[in-house]
Amino acid sequence: MGRFCDICLQKRAALRRPKTLQQVCKDCFYLAFEEEIHQTIVENQIFKPGERVAVGASGGKDSTVLAYVLTLLNKRHGYGLDVFLLSIDEGISGYRDDSLETVKRNEKQYGVPLLVVSYKSLYGWTMDEIVSEIGRKNNCTFCGVFRRQALDRGAVMLGANKLVTGHNADDMAETILLNLLRGDIARLSRCTSIITGEEGALPRCKPFKYTYEKEIVMYAYFKKLDYFSTECIYSPNAYRGFAREFIKDLEALRPRAILDIIKSGESFRISLDVKMPEQGVCERCGYISSQKWCKACVLLDGLNRGLPRLGLNRTRTSKKSSSVNEDGYCGENKDHHVRPGKLRGNVPRSSLDF
Amino acid sequence: MGTDSVESNDTVHLNLEFGGGLEILFGSIKCHSVDIPLNSGSEKLKMEHLLVWVRDNLLQERPEFFMKEKSVRPGVLVLINDCDWELCERLNATLENNDTVVFISTLHGG
Repeated sequence: MGRFCDICLQKRAALRRPKTLQQVCKDCFYLAFEEEIHQTIVENQIFKPGERVAVGASGGKDSTVLAYVLTLLNKRHGYGLDVFLLSIDEGISGYRDDSLETVKRNEKQYGVPLLVVSYKSLYGWTMDEIVSEIGRKNNCTFCGVFRRQALDRGAVMLGANKLVTGHNADDMAETILLNLLRGDIARLSRCTSIITGEEGALPRCKPFKYTYEKEIVMYAYFKKLDYFSTECIYSPNAYRGFAREFIKDLEALRPRAILDIIKSGESFRISLDVKMPEQGVCERCGYISSQKWCKACVLLDGLNRGLPRLGLNRTRTSKKSSSVNEDGYCGENKDHHVRPGKLRGNVPRSSLDF
Repeated sequence: MGTDSVESNDTVHLNLEFGGGLEILFGSIKCHSVDIPLNSGSEKLKMEHLLVWVRDNLLQERPEFFMKEKSVRPGVLVLINDCDWELCERLNATLENNDTVVFISTLHGG
Protein backbone atom coordinates (compact mmCIF):
# COMPACT_ATOMS: atom_id res chain seq x y z
CA MET A 1 0.00 0.00 0.00
CA GLY A 2 2.64 2.49 1.04
CA ARG A 3 0.13 5.21 1.89
CA PHE A 4 1.03 6.59 5.25
CA CYS A 5 -0.71 9.15 7.38
CA ASP A 6 0.35 12.75 6.62
CA ILE A 7 0.23 13.58 10.32
CA CYS A 8 1.90 10.73 12.23
CA LEU A 9 3.81 9.37 9.18
CA GLN A 10 3.53 5.92 10.72
CA LYS A 11 0.13 4.37 10.37
CA ARG A 12 -1.76 3.49 7.22
CA ALA A 13 -3.96 6.34 5.96
CA ALA A 14 -7.68 5.59 6.13
CA LEU A 15 -9.26 8.61 4.53
CA ARG A 16 -8.68 11.81 2.68
CA ARG A 17 -9.92 14.83 4.61
CA PRO A 18 -12.07 17.02 2.36
CA LYS A 19 -11.15 20.14 4.31
CA THR A 20 -7.39 19.83 4.00
CA LEU A 21 -6.93 17.06 1.40
CA GLN A 22 -4.58 15.40 3.90
CA GLN A 23 -4.53 11.62 3.98
CA VAL A 24 -4.80 10.55 7.59
CA CYS A 25 -4.97 7.39 9.68
CA LYS A 26 -7.97 6.64 11.88
CA ASP A 27 -6.40 7.81 15.14
CA CYS A 28 -5.10 11.08 13.72
CA PHE A 29 -8.47 11.62 12.07
CA TYR A 30 -10.37 11.15 15.33
CA LEU A 31 -8.16 13.61 17.13
CA ALA A 32 -8.25 16.23 14.35
CA PHE A 33 -12.02 15.86 13.98
CA GLU A 34 -12.71 16.21 17.70
CA GLU A 35 -10.22 18.99 18.33
CA GLU A 36 -11.46 21.12 15.43
CA ILE A 37 -14.93 20.96 16.95
CA HIS A 38 -13.40 21.87 20.30
CA GLN A 39 -11.70 24.88 18.65
CA THR A 40 -15.02 25.96 17.12
CA ILE A 41 -16.69 25.70 20.53
CA VAL A 42 -13.92 27.67 22.27
CA GLU A 43 -13.45 30.35 19.62
CA ASN A 44 -17.16 31.07 19.45
CA GLN A 45 -17.66 30.81 23.20
CA ILE A 46 -20.60 28.52 22.64
CA PHE A 47 -20.81 27.28 26.23
CA LYS A 48 -20.30 28.57 29.75
CA PRO A 49 -19.35 26.28 32.63
CA GLY A 50 -22.34 24.86 34.48
CA GLU A 51 -24.75 25.19 31.57
CA ARG A 52 -27.40 22.61 30.82
CA VAL A 53 -27.20 21.71 27.15
CA ALA A 54 -29.92 19.93 25.19
CA VAL A 55 -28.79 18.07 22.07
CA GLY A 56 -31.57 17.94 19.48
CA ALA A 57 -31.36 14.21 18.76
CA SER A 58 -33.14 12.64 15.81
CA GLY A 59 -31.24 9.37 15.91
CA GLY A 60 -29.62 10.30 12.57
CA LYS A 61 -25.90 10.49 11.87
CA ASP A 62 -25.31 14.16 12.68
CA SER A 63 -27.04 14.34 16.04
CA THR A 64 -25.70 10.93 17.07
CA VAL A 65 -22.12 12.00 16.37
CA LEU A 66 -22.78 15.36 18.03
CA ALA A 67 -24.05 13.73 21.23
CA TYR A 68 -21.04 11.40 21.25
CA VAL A 69 -18.41 14.09 20.56
CA LEU A 70 -19.95 16.67 22.89
CA THR A 71 -20.00 14.15 25.74
CA LEU A 72 -16.39 13.27 24.99
CA LEU A 73 -15.17 16.89 24.76
CA ASN A 74 -17.11 17.82 27.88
CA LYS A 75 -15.05 15.23 29.77
CA ARG A 76 -11.76 15.79 27.98
CA HIS A 77 -11.71 19.56 28.27
CA GLY A 78 -13.74 19.99 31.46
CA TYR A 79 -16.52 22.16 29.97
CA GLY A 80 -18.58 21.49 33.09
CA LEU A 81 -21.79 20.96 31.08
CA ASP A 82 -24.81 18.85 31.87
CA VAL A 83 -25.70 17.28 28.54
CA PHE A 84 -29.18 15.95 27.68
CA LEU A 85 -30.69 14.30 24.63
CA LEU A 86 -33.92 15.85 23.41
CA SER A 87 -36.00 14.03 20.82
CA ILE A 88 -39.21 15.00 19.16
CA ASP A 89 -41.78 12.32 18.44
CA GLU A 90 -43.72 13.67 15.50
CA GLY A 91 -45.99 10.65 15.52
CA ILE A 92 -44.94 9.11 12.20
CA SER A 93 -45.39 5.38 12.52
CA GLY A 94 -42.80 3.26 10.79
CA TYR A 95 -40.32 6.10 10.79
CA ARG A 96 -40.00 8.04 14.00
CA ASP A 97 -40.77 5.13 16.29
CA ASP A 98 -37.77 3.30 14.80
CA SER A 99 -35.43 6.26 15.06
CA LEU A 100 -36.53 6.87 18.66
CA GLU A 101 -35.34 3.36 19.48
CA THR A 102 -31.91 4.46 18.24
CA VAL A 103 -31.96 7.51 20.51
CA LYS A 104 -33.00 5.34 23.46
CA ARG A 105 -29.97 3.12 22.82
CA ASN A 106 -27.78 6.24 22.62
CA GLU A 107 -29.10 7.29 26.02
CA LYS A 108 -27.65 4.10 27.51
CA GLN A 109 -24.51 4.01 25.33
CA TYR A 110 -23.41 7.56 26.19
CA GLY A 111 -24.96 7.79 29.65
CA VAL A 112 -26.86 10.96 28.68
CA PRO A 113 -30.46 11.41 29.93
CA LEU A 114 -33.15 11.58 27.25
CA LEU A 115 -36.42 13.51 27.05
CA VAL A 116 -38.92 12.69 24.31
CA VAL A 117 -41.56 15.33 23.56
CA SER A 118 -44.41 14.43 21.23
CA TYR A 119 -46.48 16.54 18.85
CA LYS A 120 -49.50 14.75 20.27
CA SER A 121 -48.80 16.01 23.77
CA LEU A 122 -47.87 19.55 22.67
CA TYR A 123 -50.37 20.13 19.89
CA GLY A 124 -52.97 17.38 20.21
CA TRP A 125 -52.12 16.03 16.74
CA THR A 126 -49.66 13.42 15.46
CA MET A 127 -48.12 13.91 12.00
CA ASP A 128 -50.00 10.82 10.83
CA GLU A 129 -53.25 12.52 11.85
CA ILE A 130 -52.21 15.81 10.25
CA VAL A 131 -51.32 14.06 6.99
CA SER A 132 -54.67 12.26 6.94
CA GLU A 133 -56.28 15.69 7.30
CA ILE A 134 -54.23 17.75 4.85
CA GLY A 135 -52.72 15.20 2.47
CA ARG A 136 -49.08 14.92 1.52
CA LYS A 137 -48.54 18.25 -0.08
CA ASN A 138 -47.83 20.73 2.70
CA ASN A 139 -47.20 18.33 5.55
CA CYS A 140 -43.52 19.30 5.79
CA THR A 141 -44.50 22.89 6.54
CA PHE A 142 -46.49 21.71 9.55
CA CYS A 143 -43.80 19.34 10.66
CA GLY A 144 -41.00 21.90 10.33
CA VAL A 145 -42.82 24.68 12.16
CA PHE A 146 -43.98 22.35 14.89
CA ARG A 147 -40.59 20.72 15.36
CA ARG A 148 -38.75 23.97 15.82
CA GLN A 149 -41.12 25.03 18.55
CA ALA A 150 -41.25 21.55 20.08
CA LEU A 151 -37.47 21.55 20.46
CA ASP A 152 -37.63 24.90 22.25
CA ARG A 153 -40.41 23.71 24.54
CA GLY A 154 -38.64 20.45 25.29
CA ALA A 155 -35.43 22.32 26.09
CA VAL A 156 -37.36 24.55 28.50
CA MET A 157 -38.78 21.42 30.17
CA LEU A 158 -35.19 20.21 30.64
CA GLY A 159 -34.22 23.55 32.14
CA ALA A 160 -31.63 23.86 29.36
CA ASN A 161 -29.62 27.04 28.72
CA LYS A 162 -28.59 26.04 25.21
CA LEU A 163 -29.95 23.90 22.43
CA VAL A 164 -27.38 22.38 20.08
CA THR A 165 -28.19 20.80 16.74
CA GLY A 166 -26.18 18.65 14.36
CA HIS A 167 -26.31 20.93 11.32
CA ASN A 168 -23.09 20.38 9.42
CA ALA A 169 -21.06 22.38 6.89
CA ASP A 170 -22.85 20.77 3.95
CA ASP A 171 -26.24 21.70 5.44
CA MET A 172 -25.09 25.24 5.98
CA ALA A 173 -23.74 25.65 2.44
CA GLU A 174 -27.02 24.29 1.14
CA THR A 175 -29.11 26.70 3.22
CA ILE A 176 -27.01 29.67 2.08
CA LEU A 177 -27.54 28.69 -1.54
CA LEU A 178 -31.28 28.15 -1.07
CA ASN A 179 -31.76 31.50 0.65
CA LEU A 180 -29.75 33.14 -2.12
CA LEU A 181 -31.82 31.41 -4.80
CA ARG A 182 -35.03 32.53 -3.15
CA GLY A 183 -33.94 36.09 -2.48
CA ASP A 184 -34.67 35.56 1.17
CA ILE A 185 -32.41 38.31 2.46
CA ALA A 186 -33.55 38.13 6.07
CA ARG A 187 -32.62 34.47 6.35
CA LEU A 188 -29.50 34.86 4.22
CA SER A 189 -28.15 37.37 6.71
CA ARG A 190 -28.56 35.19 9.74
CA CYS A 191 -28.37 31.62 8.47
CA THR A 192 -24.59 31.52 8.85
CA SER A 193 -24.61 32.47 12.54
CA ILE A 194 -23.19 29.73 14.69
CA ILE A 195 -25.39 30.92 17.55
CA THR A 196 -28.89 32.28 17.00
CA GLY A 197 -31.47 33.58 19.41
CA GLU A 198 -28.91 34.86 21.91
CA GLU A 199 -31.30 37.61 22.92
CA GLY A 200 -33.88 35.02 23.97
CA ALA A 201 -33.93 32.49 26.76
CA LEU A 202 -32.72 29.62 24.66
CA PRO A 203 -29.91 30.23 22.16
CA ARG A 204 -29.39 27.60 19.47
CA CYS A 205 -25.91 26.56 18.42
CA LYS A 206 -24.37 24.57 15.60
CA PRO A 207 -21.02 23.16 16.73
CA PHE A 208 -20.73 21.24 13.41
CA LYS A 209 -20.99 24.39 11.34
CA TYR A 210 -17.54 23.77 9.82
CA THR A 211 -17.65 19.98 9.97
CA TYR A 212 -17.96 18.11 6.69
CA GLU A 213 -20.73 15.57 6.32
CA LYS A 214 -18.23 13.11 4.87
CA GLU A 215 -16.16 13.28 8.05
CA ILE A 216 -19.23 12.90 10.28
CA VAL A 217 -20.24 9.75 8.41
CA MET A 218 -16.66 8.40 8.36
CA TYR A 219 -16.33 9.08 12.08
CA ALA A 220 -19.61 7.29 12.81
CA TYR A 221 -18.56 4.38 10.58
CA PHE A 222 -15.06 3.90 12.01
CA LYS A 223 -16.32 4.34 15.59
CA LYS A 224 -19.27 2.05 14.88
CA LEU A 225 -21.73 4.56 16.30
CA ASP A 226 -25.33 3.47 16.24
CA TYR A 227 -27.46 5.71 14.03
CA PHE A 228 -30.65 5.56 12.03
CA SER A 229 -30.69 6.40 8.34
CA THR A 230 -34.10 6.11 6.78
CA GLU A 231 -35.71 8.97 4.96
CA CYS A 232 -38.98 10.23 6.41
CA ILE A 233 -41.91 8.50 4.71
CA TYR A 234 -43.64 11.83 4.10
CA SER A 235 -40.66 13.80 2.86
CA PRO A 236 -40.75 14.93 -0.77
CA ASN A 237 -37.47 16.79 -0.32
CA ALA A 238 -37.52 18.11 -3.88
CA TYR A 239 -36.12 21.61 -3.77
CA ARG A 240 -33.54 21.04 -1.08
CA GLY A 241 -32.63 17.74 -2.67
CA PHE A 242 -31.71 19.63 -5.79
CA ALA A 243 -29.45 22.05 -3.91
CA ARG A 244 -27.96 19.15 -1.98
CA GLU A 245 -27.01 17.34 -5.14
CA PHE A 246 -25.46 20.48 -6.56
CA ILE A 247 -23.35 20.92 -3.41
CA LYS A 248 -22.24 17.29 -3.57
CA ASP A 249 -21.27 17.67 -7.22
CA LEU A 250 -19.22 20.75 -6.33
CA GLU A 251 -17.60 18.90 -3.47
CA ALA A 252 -16.59 16.03 -5.73
CA LEU A 253 -14.75 18.50 -7.96
CA ARG A 254 -13.33 20.71 -5.25
CA PRO A 255 -14.04 19.82 -1.61
CA ARG A 256 -13.17 23.30 -0.36
CA ALA A 257 -16.22 24.67 -2.17
CA ILE A 258 -18.35 23.92 0.88
CA LEU A 259 -16.21 25.98 3.24
CA ASP A 260 -15.93 28.72 0.63
CA ILE A 261 -19.71 29.01 0.31
CA ILE A 262 -19.94 29.35 4.09
CA LYS A 263 -17.19 31.97 4.04
CA SER A 264 -19.06 33.91 1.34
CA GLY A 265 -22.29 33.63 3.31
CA GLU A 266 -20.60 34.94 6.45
CA SER A 267 -19.15 37.89 4.57
CA PHE A 268 -22.41 39.15 3.08
CA ARG A 269 -23.41 42.53 4.39
CA ILE A 270 -27.08 43.25 3.98
CA SER A 271 -28.01 46.66 2.61
CA LEU A 272 -29.71 48.94 5.11
CA ASP A 273 -32.47 49.47 2.56
CA VAL A 274 -33.73 45.97 3.13
CA LYS A 275 -36.50 46.01 5.66
CA MET A 276 -35.97 43.24 8.16
CA PRO A 277 -38.77 41.59 10.12
CA GLU A 278 -39.56 43.02 13.49
CA GLN A 279 -39.57 40.45 16.20
CA GLY A 280 -42.39 40.29 18.68
CA VAL A 281 -44.25 37.74 20.67
CA CYS A 282 -47.20 35.58 19.65
CA GLU A 283 -50.34 36.94 21.26
CA ARG A 284 -51.67 33.46 21.68
CA CYS A 285 -48.82 31.34 23.05
CA GLY A 286 -46.06 33.82 23.85
CA TYR A 287 -43.56 32.25 21.46
CA ILE A 288 -41.30 34.59 19.47
CA SER A 289 -43.02 35.77 16.32
CA SER A 290 -42.91 38.65 13.88
CA GLN A 291 -46.65 38.32 13.39
CA LYS A 292 -49.64 38.63 15.70
CA TRP A 293 -49.75 34.88 15.99
CA CYS A 294 -46.79 32.61 15.49
CA LYS A 295 -46.82 30.21 12.58
CA ALA A 296 -47.45 27.20 14.79
CA CYS A 297 -50.56 28.81 16.29
CA VAL A 298 -51.88 29.77 12.86
CA LEU A 299 -51.39 26.24 11.53
CA LEU A 300 -52.84 24.68 14.66
CA ASP A 301 -55.85 26.97 14.61
CA GLY A 302 -56.55 25.91 11.03
CA LEU A 303 -56.27 22.23 11.93
CA ASN A 304 -58.56 22.55 14.93
CA ARG A 305 -61.17 24.49 12.97
CA GLY A 306 -61.15 21.96 10.18
CA LEU A 307 -59.55 24.52 7.83
CA PRO A 308 -56.06 23.09 7.60
CA ARG A 309 -55.05 25.26 4.64
CA LEU A 310 -55.43 28.41 6.70
CA GLY A 311 -51.79 29.03 7.45
CA LEU A 312 -50.47 27.83 4.13
CA ASN A 313 -51.66 30.59 1.82
CA ARG A 314 -51.81 29.02 -1.58
CA THR A 315 -52.09 32.27 -3.55
CA ARG A 316 -50.01 31.63 -6.63
CA THR A 317 -49.92 35.28 -7.61
CA SER A 318 -47.95 36.22 -4.54
CA LYS A 319 -44.71 37.96 -5.42
CA LYS A 320 -43.14 36.85 -2.22
CA SER A 321 -40.68 34.07 -2.31
CA SER A 322 -41.40 30.91 -0.47
CA SER A 323 -39.21 30.32 2.49
CA VAL A 324 -37.00 27.57 3.67
CA ASN A 325 -38.32 26.41 6.97
CA GLU A 326 -36.27 24.71 9.60
CA ASP A 327 -35.82 21.47 7.75
CA GLY A 328 -35.51 23.15 4.46
CA TYR A 329 -38.84 22.24 3.02
CA CYS A 330 -40.69 24.75 1.07
CA GLY A 331 -43.35 26.71 2.90
CA GLU A 332 -45.01 30.00 2.04
CA ASN A 333 -43.96 32.93 4.17
CA LYS A 334 -47.13 34.82 3.97
CA ASP A 335 -49.92 34.05 6.33
CA HIS A 336 -53.31 35.58 6.79
CA HIS A 337 -52.11 37.98 9.43
CA VAL A 338 -49.97 39.91 7.02
CA ARG A 339 -51.21 43.42 6.70
CA PRO A 340 -51.04 45.32 3.42
CA GLY A 341 -47.98 47.47 3.07
CA LYS A 342 -45.92 45.23 5.28
CA LEU A 343 -44.85 42.71 2.77
CA ARG A 344 -41.09 42.73 2.57
CA GLY A 345 -39.27 40.27 4.71
CA ASN A 346 -42.35 39.27 6.60
CA VAL A 347 -40.67 36.19 7.83
CA PRO A 348 -42.10 34.62 10.95
CA ARG A 349 -39.22 34.45 13.37
CA SER A 350 -40.53 31.07 14.40
CA SER A 351 -39.33 29.34 11.27
CA LEU A 352 -35.82 30.52 10.69
CA ASP A 353 -32.77 28.71 9.66
CA PHE A 354 -32.74 25.73 11.98
CA MET B 1 -5.42 -5.33 -1.80
CA GLY B 2 -6.05 -8.77 -0.31
CA THR B 3 -3.31 -11.30 0.12
CA ASP B 4 -5.35 -14.47 -0.35
CA SER B 5 -4.53 -16.56 -3.34
CA VAL B 6 -6.91 -16.51 -6.24
CA GLU B 7 -9.33 -19.42 -6.03
CA SER B 8 -10.75 -19.12 -9.45
CA ASN B 9 -9.37 -17.49 -12.52
CA ASP B 10 -12.60 -16.06 -13.79
CA THR B 11 -14.37 -14.71 -10.70
CA VAL B 12 -13.43 -12.51 -7.76
CA HIS B 13 -15.04 -13.11 -4.40
CA LEU B 14 -15.99 -9.89 -2.55
CA ASN B 15 -17.83 -8.85 0.58
CA LEU B 16 -20.03 -5.87 -0.13
CA GLU B 17 -21.72 -3.71 2.49
CA PHE B 18 -24.31 -1.01 2.01
CA GLY B 19 -25.13 1.48 4.74
CA GLY B 20 -26.41 4.92 5.62
CA GLY B 21 -29.76 4.17 3.99
CA LEU B 22 -28.28 2.82 0.74
CA GLU B 23 -29.26 -0.72 1.79
CA ILE B 24 -32.88 0.16 0.97
CA LEU B 25 -31.95 -0.07 -2.71
CA PHE B 26 -30.69 -3.61 -2.10
CA GLY B 27 -33.74 -5.18 -0.51
CA SER B 28 -32.72 -3.75 2.89
CA ILE B 29 -29.88 -6.27 3.07
CA LYS B 30 -26.66 -4.67 4.25
CA CYS B 31 -24.08 -7.40 3.65
CA HIS B 32 -23.69 -9.32 0.42
CA SER B 33 -21.14 -12.02 -0.31
CA VAL B 34 -20.69 -12.18 -4.06
CA ASP B 35 -18.61 -13.67 -6.85
CA ILE B 36 -18.00 -11.22 -9.64
CA PRO B 37 -17.17 -12.62 -13.06
CA LEU B 38 -14.20 -10.99 -14.74
CA ASN B 39 -14.74 -9.42 -18.12
CA SER B 40 -13.45 -11.69 -20.82
CA GLY B 41 -9.86 -10.87 -21.54
CA SER B 42 -9.23 -8.93 -18.31
CA GLU B 43 -7.29 -10.38 -15.41
CA LYS B 44 -8.18 -7.80 -12.84
CA LEU B 45 -11.43 -6.55 -11.40
CA LYS B 46 -11.61 -2.78 -11.20
CA MET B 47 -14.00 -0.66 -9.18
CA GLU B 48 -15.45 0.74 -12.38
CA HIS B 49 -16.50 -2.75 -13.43
CA LEU B 50 -17.76 -3.63 -9.95
CA LEU B 51 -20.11 -0.62 -9.87
CA VAL B 52 -21.72 -1.64 -13.13
CA TRP B 53 -22.04 -5.25 -11.96
CA VAL B 54 -23.65 -4.14 -8.68
CA ARG B 55 -26.06 -1.89 -10.48
CA ASP B 56 -27.07 -4.60 -12.98
CA ASN B 57 -27.12 -7.59 -10.64
CA LEU B 58 -27.68 -6.54 -7.04
CA LEU B 59 -29.53 -3.26 -7.08
CA GLN B 60 -33.31 -3.60 -6.94
CA GLU B 61 -34.55 -0.06 -7.45
CA ARG B 62 -33.69 3.54 -8.28
CA PRO B 63 -30.22 3.17 -9.85
CA GLU B 64 -29.90 6.99 -9.91
CA PHE B 65 -29.57 6.91 -6.12
CA PHE B 66 -26.52 4.68 -6.45
CA MET B 67 -24.70 5.81 -9.56
CA LYS B 68 -24.18 8.99 -11.52
CA GLU B 69 -22.54 8.59 -14.88
CA LYS B 70 -19.70 6.10 -14.41
CA SER B 71 -19.18 6.57 -10.70
CA VAL B 72 -21.17 6.48 -7.49
CA ARG B 73 -23.58 9.30 -6.89
CA PRO B 74 -21.77 12.18 -5.16
CA GLY B 75 -22.44 11.86 -1.45
CA VAL B 76 -21.94 8.10 -1.44
CA LEU B 77 -18.74 7.18 0.41
CA VAL B 78 -16.76 4.16 -0.69
CA LEU B 79 -14.25 2.24 1.42
CA ILE B 80 -12.09 -0.57 0.12
CA ASN B 81 -10.83 -2.73 2.99
CA ASP B 82 -11.67 0.10 5.40
CA CYS B 83 -9.77 2.65 3.36
CA ASP B 84 -11.39 5.68 1.68
CA TRP B 85 -11.37 4.95 -2.04
CA GLU B 86 -10.18 8.50 -2.66
CA LEU B 87 -6.80 7.20 -1.48
CA CYS B 88 -6.81 4.24 -3.84
CA GLU B 89 -7.52 5.52 -7.32
CA ARG B 90 -11.30 5.34 -7.04
CA LEU B 91 -12.71 3.81 -10.26
CA ASN B 92 -9.25 2.54 -11.17
CA ALA B 93 -8.73 0.65 -7.92
CA THR B 94 -8.07 -3.05 -8.42
CA LEU B 95 -10.00 -5.52 -6.30
CA GLU B 96 -8.76 -8.89 -5.17
CA ASN B 97 -10.30 -12.01 -3.72
CA ASN B 98 -11.98 -11.50 -0.33
CA ASP B 99 -11.70 -7.74 -0.40
CA THR B 100 -14.43 -5.82 1.41
CA VAL B 101 -16.07 -2.86 -0.27
CA VAL B 102 -18.36 -0.63 1.77
CA PHE B 103 -20.77 1.93 0.31
CA ILE B 104 -22.31 4.47 2.68
CA SER B 105 -24.79 7.13 1.76
CA THR B 106 -24.35 10.48 3.48
CA LEU B 107 -27.59 11.76 2.04
CA HIS B 108 -30.13 10.28 4.41
CA GLY B 109 -31.52 11.93 7.50
CA GLY B 110 -29.58 13.99 9.96
